[in-house]
Amino acid sequence: MADTQNNLASSACGNTSGDIHIRARHLDIGYKREAVVSDINFDLKEGQAIALIGTNGSGKSTLLKTIVGLLEPIGGQLSVFGMPPGNNHRRIAYLGQFHNSGYVLPIRAIDVVRMGRYPLHGLWQRMGKKDDEIVMNAMRIMGIETLANASLRSLSGGQQQRVYLAQTLAHQAELLVMDEPTTGLDAGGRELYLRAINDELCRGASVIMATHDIQEEATLCHQAMLLAHKVVAIGAPDKVMTSEALLETFGVVVSGENKLHVLECKHGHDDNERQGWNKSRKA
Amino acid sequence: MDLFITPFSTNGFMLQALIAGALVSIACAIAGTFVILRGLAFIGDAMAHGVLPGIALAILFGFPGVIGAAIGAVFMIGGITLITERSRLSSDTAIGLLFIGMLSLGVVIVSRSNSFSGDLTRILFGEILGISKSAIFLQLGATIIVAAIAVSCARPFMLLSFDPEQAEVAGFSVRLYHNIMLFMIAATVIVSFQTVGTLLVFGLLIAPAGSAALLARRIEAMMMWAALFGVLSMYFGLLISYHFNLAAGASIILTAVAIFFIAFIIQNLRQNRTGNHKDVNHG
Repeated sequence: MADTQNNLASSACGNTSGDIHIRARHLDIGYKREAVVSDINFDLKEGQAIALIGTNGSGKSTLLKTIVGLLEPIGGQLSVFGMPPGNNHRRIAYLGQFHNSGYVLPIRAIDVVRMGRYPLHGLWQRMGKKDDEIVMNAMRIMGIETLANASLRSLSGGQQQRVYLAQTLAHQAELLVMDEPTTGLDAGGRELYLRAINDELCRGASVIMATHDIQEEATLCHQAMLLAHKVVAIGAPDKVMTSEALLETFGVVVSGENKLHVLECKHGHDDNERQGWNKSRKA
Repeated sequence: MDLFITPFSTNGFMLQALIAGALVSIACAIAGTFVILRGLAFIGDAMAHGVLPGIALAILFGFPGVIGAAIGAVFMIGGITLITERSRLSSDTAIGLLFIGMLSLGVVIVSRSNSFSGDLTRILFGEILGISKSAIFLQLGATIIVAAIAVSCARPFMLLSFDPEQAEVAGFSVRLYHNIMLFMIAATVIVSFQTVGTLLVFGLLIAPAGSAALLARRIEAMMMWAALFGVLSMYFGLLISYHFNLAAGASIILTAVAIFFIAFIIQNLRQNRTGNHKDVNHG
């Protein structure tokens, strides 16, 4: 396992021309003018990946939703492909955290993946043979081509997650925004996912993802951002993920066998306390 | 055989009832599918009953009931939107409030006037056996409009049913398409009340589509099944009402509900036989 991860990291392609996909300067994010995280600064370039690391409620999902235009930035600057967020539907694929499991909705796996092509075709433009090929190929990449006609509700949680990932891949977007993409995946699924994302990076797509899994994503990403209602640290994963920073991000850290283990504690619900703390730090 | 065909071949009013009923069923199948997939049952119910004061006023002042119903629906949706956006109350509360307010207003208007004794039952239970040709043409027009909306908005409606955030990021305004969906449901309710009445149109909106949701694996198939179940309910309901001299509208809805329970039993037997309980357990 460790070997494959090293291979993936070293095979990350160096063909980036340096186009900036996302630029954030003094960005404040939150809901209805209440800041969840303030003063975020980073660039995400073509062919690069950034991992957002933090507990539930630390602001990861809020940042992703702001980037795709579901939430308005509440301060500072954020540009996506040189424009304010929410203007580049064709270029951005979004994998959210909550999905319809098809419990009521009658829908087949392939229909879900086909939805990944909708942003490119809008309301009425016909989907052609090429789209069908792309859809089937995305399913093949995630190892679910045999499940194409299965109804979504008959699939296990891990299989459903593969379907959602195939949907994201089918978009062939320039920017992939993913919230906890490995939720429920088994070891095989994770392997396929890591390869798929690596391929996406190689063809020049950029990736921003939220994750709990500090070890695995770090092998894929060029940058890591530790979030705990503020930016604890940002930079190359091996530089950023120090015991001190992880301690501040997650609360409790146990180290051993060259690996850092994080014992999670949720501090997502003491918003006021955190914000007060941020303010006093700023002042 | 005579028992099944002659009632319709020898009685013009029975044939007209069946034609009007089939058109209502198709419109209700399409609108009802999204009522179920988007969890809009309560607003559908409220709309069906909330149009009462509009219809009562129409009869009082001598303009077409359909226009009165449309005005009632506009007030209903406008009120719900206003309360939901301008207060912290959930849409459920807003819908319930408007629902019961409009219903009471309808009853007050009706009770104030002496000329209503016969009209009230007509409003509540419809007059399918006395349906006019012009009403049938109006119904045909509405069914075509509803079908045209469903076809042209197929992609955003599917995305909305799957995950509203996904729809927004894909470039389809959730607000816009949700309102189009509400308009489609309202149009169905408004023109269907003449056939099955305000009290029963909701049954036709939800029972056939509910039965279809149990059996179908795709949204398109769900609409087809729902239309089939609706038309069957019409046919057998009218037949039962003819032979046993029962209220037509209620016989139709009872048949639709009976079909639901048959579909429910079939689905459960099928699951037990394959030993596949996933459909049930998957939240």
